[in-house]
Amino acid sequence: MIEFRGVTKRFGDGTVAVDGLDLVVESGRVTVFVGPSGCGKTTSLRMINRMIEPSEGTVTVDGRDVMSGDAADLRRGIGYVIQQAGLFPHKTIQDNIATVPLLLGWSKARARARAQELMEIVGLGQEMAKRYPAQLSGGQQQRVGVARALAADPPVLLMDEPFSAVDPVVRESLQEELLRLQGELGKTIVFVTHDIDEAVKLGDKVAVFRTGGHLAQYAEPAELLSRPADGFVDGFVGRDRGYFRLGFLEDEPPLGPLTPVRVGDIAHGGWSLVVDPENRPLGWVTGEGVVAEADIVPGGTLHVVGSGSLRSALDAALSSPAGHGVAVDAEGRLVGSISADDVLAAITAAREAA
Amino acid sequence: MVWGWIPRNTTLIVGALGTHVVLALIPVLVGLVIAVPLGWLASRVPALRAIFIPTASVLYTIPSLAVFIVLPAILGTQILDPLNVVVALTIYTVALLVRSVADALGAVPALIVAAATAMGYRPGRRFVSVELPLAVPVLIAGLRVAAVSNISLVSVGALIGVGGLGQLFTEGYQRDFPTEILTGIVLTVLLALVIDGILVVVGRFATPWARAGAST
Repeated sequence: MIEFRGVTKRFGDGTVAVDGLDLVVESGRVTVFVGPSGCGKTTSLRMINRMIEPSEGTVTVDGRDVMSGDAADLRRGIGYVIQQAGLFPHKTIQDNIATVPLLLGWSKARARARAQELMEIVGLGQEMAKRYPAQLSGGQQQRVGVARALAADPPVLLMDEPFSAVDPVVRESLQEELLRLQGELGKTIVFVTHDIDEAVKLGDKVAVFRTGGHLAQYAEPAELLSRPADGFVDGFVGRDRGYFRLGFLEDEPPLGPLTPVRVGDIAHGGWSLVVDPENRPLGWVTGEGVVAEADIVPGGTLHVVGSGSLRSALDAALSSPAGHGVAVDAEGRLVGSISADDVLAAITAAREAA
Repeated sequence: MVWGWIPRNTTLIVGALGTHVVLALIPVLVGLVIAVPLGWLASRVPALRAIFIPTASVLYTIPSLAVFIVLPAILGTQILDPLNVVVALTIYTVALLVRSVADALGAVPALIVAAATAMGYRPGRRFVSVELPLAVPVLIAGLRVAAVSNISLVSVGALIGVGGLGQLFTEGYQRDFPTEILTGIVLTVLLALVIDGILVVVGRFATPWARAGAST
């Protein structure tokens, strides 16, 4: 558990970065600090591992005041993923990952073995062990950054806008990966971002900061989206918040029938869904005649029944070129169709139930 | 050109070359050892940078011959003592390298230094294993200038009677014997090229990571 008690940070030039922060970060959960630039979110994060020292108040990690011991020892026990990965360009990937174990005095062989293990955990091929950071893509570098932070198996992981420098597609896969990892590791993660979408996606709890270093609201994402504390949070959460909120409704809309075609079949006009021999959707064709592979247009997003949410169901319905979405099972096999009307009805039902 | 002179005087030539190498390169090593902490201070403390860098520039503008002549009075050495040349060239090397070191350390991205701190490096170890290695490419560039500059400056030492290849110029001039002068010039140039080449190779081996990005 990380606790901020009456924490204020005033810099030499008189600016107040954090103003009287009281906040408890729960163990084993992902807590996201989000807010516009200059709101004190990064300063708050950096006070946890004493990269910045509080002017007033105390920060405790598992009951221990961070100011009480040696700063370097404290930091070796707290994983840190910095913006743009911040890898050491002159060290190989395995040596980057082995940094903290080596600082802790592990033998070189043990540190290397641990680095190999972590490369596997974060999904990096062993052939990358001897490469240098400049030889990796941005997304791979971020994985190394996460592996480096996890190397000594710290209970707490601080992540300072770790995915801000990668493109949206890679960012999304890194976010998924982080959630998967967290499911296995159960670390206490404090994650800083300026992106509210990222915050509600990753956070078990989200702390919204406002300019001047004030905590505006600290709540679970669903509550943040449904009950913003004030006009600032409302504005920051944004106009799409109703849509985001659907991500937290796990009701399932009813599925309609959908008869697919296969390559070589005769289509009978309108939009037809094409599936492979395993019954997995390939895309759509339009019009009559023999279905040829070259005519298939990519479909919209697929709604995975059971693991999705009303948001993914609505998105599947709206993004399909045919006007009705495609629902699949966990193995990706077609189970039925989704209409936007049914999703809206399910939303209404969920609201009435709440 | 009297080619036969060369094989007859190999002892003289090799001796002069050896002295030249020693007089030119010892100051490079000593200068490097002195310049790294000074450059580190300059990169950390702006006030010190404001003192060190202009002082270094001024030192570098003092003519070498003047330094060779003034130093004995300051150090209490004999005018012919090679130590004068070593000290003078060390001063030049420090003057050149302080700036290189300060710039090189200043160019290490703040993000990487912050990452190192956050991993739990203490300042001393961080300097040795993160900041200094990242400064090597700029440092090697500074060392190349210092080494070549020293090799040429050692020749000036011959004017005050200190050995080295410059001796071949002064002797050859006094004896009106161009072969000796040319031998001295050619060997000085070759020496400068060889030392420069060695530094380039050393730099490449020390920074395999610097080329890693380009090869993908």
